[in-house]
Amino acid sequence: MPYEEKRAWIMLVVSVCAYAAYLIVIVGRAGPTPLAEVAYVPTLLWSIGAAIAAQIGLSIAAGISSPQARKRDQRDREIGRLGEYIGQSFVVIGGVAALLMAMAEWDYFWIANVIYLTFVLSAALGSVAKIFAYRKGFQSW
Amino acid sequence: MVKPTKVTNSIRALRFASGQMTQAELADRIGVTRQTIIAIEQGRYSPSLEMAFQIARVFDVPLDEVFQYPDSHGETK
Repeated sequence: MPYEEKRAWIMLVVSVCAYAAYLIVIVGRAGPTPLAEVAYVPTLLWSIGAAIAAQIGLSIAAGISSPQARKRDQRDREIGRLGEYIGQSFVVIGGVAALLMAMAEWDYFWIANVIYLTFVLSAALGSVAKIFAYRKGFQSW
Repeated sequence: MVKPTKVTNSIRALRFASGQMTQAELADRIGVTRQTIIAIEQGRYSPSLEMAFQIARVFDVPLDEVFQYPDSHGETK
């Protein structure tokens, strides 16, 4: 498996797991109180921080386990661009959604969470697109 | 679904005709990973025109001996 495909798998698994853990903690903490009143900021920051640290650590481990495969060629760059292009659509959706929610004076909780959700979807969808391109084929012509 | 390429190639046959050249050797000669050579051979990746010329140059043959494209009647050229 190419190193860049391993990195796409790591990004997919780490981002989805970190978000799932965040959701479990927040929903568990809410109980009978409304979600928007739950203290979410430290958990959200820990979730993002842990995901970034895990992504870096696992990528280094994947590189050490197969040092020959770390070379990045034209196909890797093209597939990387495809993944970023597809994933970026969710960043735009998140930005527009947050803008509209801010203008409608929604709680900060929902604005922060919709941005986090779209970051996760962006990472996950971009990674799935890369994995699909590596597995099923990618035609640049 | 990814639209399959109509471009076919003879890289595998050319490798064997060139003293059983391995995919890794060919990859080293043109500066790509072995996975990329595998993907090209299996038709899962169409290389750039520059890479296609590099591959042809390794085997010292014209480009259309490495890559073929069918005409409208299905005949490869």
